[in-house]
Amino acid sequence: MHAGLEQYLTVSFLLFGLGLLGVIMRRNLLVIYMSLELMLNAANLALVSFSRFNDKLDGQVLVFFIITVAAAEVAVGLALIVALYRKRQSAHVEDLTTMKL
Amino acid sequence: MEAINNLLGGSMVPDVLFYVFAALTLLCGVLVVANPFSRNPVTSAMFLVLTIISMAGLFVLLHAFFLAAVQIIVYAGAVIVLFLFVIMLLDLKEEQRRKIKLFGALTGLISVGAIVVISLKALGAMPPGQNGTAPQLEGGTEALGKLLFTQYVLPFEVVSVLLLVAMVGVILLSRKDLK
Repeated sequence: MHAGLEQYLTVSFLLFGLGLLGVIMRRNLLVIYMSLELMLNAANLALVSFSRFNDKLDGQVLVFFIITVAAAEVAVGLALIVALYRKRQSAHVEDLTTMKL
Repeated sequence: MEAINNLLGGSMVPDVLFYVFAALTLLCGVLVVANPFSRNPVTSAMFLVLTIISMAGLFVLLHAFFLAAVQIIVYAGAVIVLFLFVIMLLDLKEEQRRKIKLFGALTGLISVGAIVVISLKALGAMPPGQNGTAPQLEGGTEALGKLLFTQYVLPFEVVSVLLLVAMVGVILLSRKDLK
């Protein structure tokens, strides 16, 4: 079958679902963060395929900005996780219950 | 670049490569989220590298050559190394013992399955027609750079400020006596 826009978008949706599943299911903060990266990558794939099949480069420029912001976000998020680990000795979401009523 | 264009010019080769890279991306994505053999975060990080590299292959198939290179350099090169550094800093031996809760897995599967089914149905309802034409777009460095420094020069500068803010924030967060 010819690989058109629908096939690329299907891959993107499935990858986004996988990332969301990881965020909901896993309990380790680092693996949750990796699943977030998967979701961002799925959005990137959708944007690049839209850009390709609409003959416009704007989508690719947007992906460029998303990659930049994702790199900054990973740096800040991992610093937060390390600071949290120093205080609590755990990177596990079930141990972080300070805000629970 | 010329060789890639010649390779992508054939009628059958890009389609076969698309299915290979798509299967590889999804398989490695599954192994990042739910690896049946290991619950170690290092294994997840390694499969995330494979996912990102095969997604760079998909970008090449979409003629986004610059983004494929950026994807490998920034994600596989920088982000994953950062992840591995943090995994080494934290002592995660204890994390391996814990099981995934059955209730959480079940509700997660149901809700994610519903979302994926809804989006795939929406995709199926899309009117056909885009597939017949062969797009001519080339996402090389020159075209992207020209667009980035003319039409998108303000967001480009704002992103540089954002990177500076992130850098300062990370240095502040990683101080020893964090208030």
